[in-house]
Amino acid sequence: MAVGLRRQRLRGRGIPDISTAMKARVTVTLKTGILDPQGKAIEGALASLGVSGVASVRQGKVFDIEVAATDRAKAEALAKDAAEKLLANTVIENYRVEVLG
Amino acid sequence: MKSAIVVFPGINRERDMARTLRLISGTDPAMVWHAETALPAGTDLVVLPGGFSYGDYLRCGAIAARAPVMDAVRAHAARGGLVLGVCNGFQILCEAGLLPGVLMRNAALRFICKDAYLRVERSDTPFTRGYNAGQVIRVPVAHGEGNYVADDATVERLEGEGRVAFRYVGPDGESDPRWNINGATGAIAGILSERGNVLGLMPHPENHVEASIGSTDGRGLFAGLTQHFAKVA
Repeated sequence: MAVGLRRQRLRGRGIPDISTAMKARVTVTLKTGILDPQGKAIEGALASLGVSGVASVRQGKVFDIEVAATDRAKAEALAKDAAEKLLANTVIENYRVEVLG
Repeated sequence: MKSAIVVFPGINRERDMARTLRLISGTDPAMVWHAETALPAGTDLVVLPGGFSYGDYLRCGAIAARAPVMDAVRAHAARGGLVLGVCNGFQILCEAGLLPGVLMRNAALRFICKDAYLRVERSDTPFTRGYNAGQVIRVPVAHGEGNYVADDATVERLEGEGRVAFRYVGPDGESDPRWNINGATGAIAGILSERGNVLGLMPHPENHVEASIGSTDGRGLFAGLTQHFAKVA
């Protein structure tokens, strides 16, 4: 009952009903050859913590997105659009889109 | 000179910029909120000031670069209008695609807040006509992400076309990695667009315009712009 009411209220405000949304994940990583000072610092910290055998660390970002789409192709296209327009700066970053269902 | 300063949420150097423009050009700049869709009629110079728009979330300048007002800024630049971006303003110009490349985390990972020495690489632009080519100026920097990066072909083009306007050097103009405070490619501190009408730079010339501060080395940029528009008019 409470859930139903909340859903109704959200719909009334134009917020997509996430109970039927699909989940997509956009992973953004630095391109090869782009210097990653943060990754280097993490690499150094791991070594000083005694985590041995780490050859290198590159830092990236993960975006979990709930998409108001019912089919996978649409969800993938939407997440790709988001990545192209904002989530990744393709001058220095690559991105990968996965639809998690 | 009719100037407009774009104000984004999280920007904090807009009043320094306004004060400097008023002091040197003698005209009050218009303050334009990021949600506006047009610039005041007859705007000569658009300024994107420094600060931390949107708390530097996602990437510095990334969200501001997509604000409604940026379409008007892009149109102004496309008409040949002058655009100046300082610090976060430079980051926003890169994210908006008005300048190539990107400003990455400083090589030494620290936020740098101190005076830097810059060599003015050329004096034949509206932004640098107040200086002599090769002149060294001392102006403050205050940034955590000022490390200019672009792909090799872009850097080659910038250098080949003389689009590096300012470079980090020593007090006598010497190039040395230790004076390249943030590790920028080619010690690049400021670059021009292909047509030369958009300038982005990390340092803050607007903060060195009054003798009481201890240096007036930043004056040349604003005095030059004022002269440029006095001549055009």
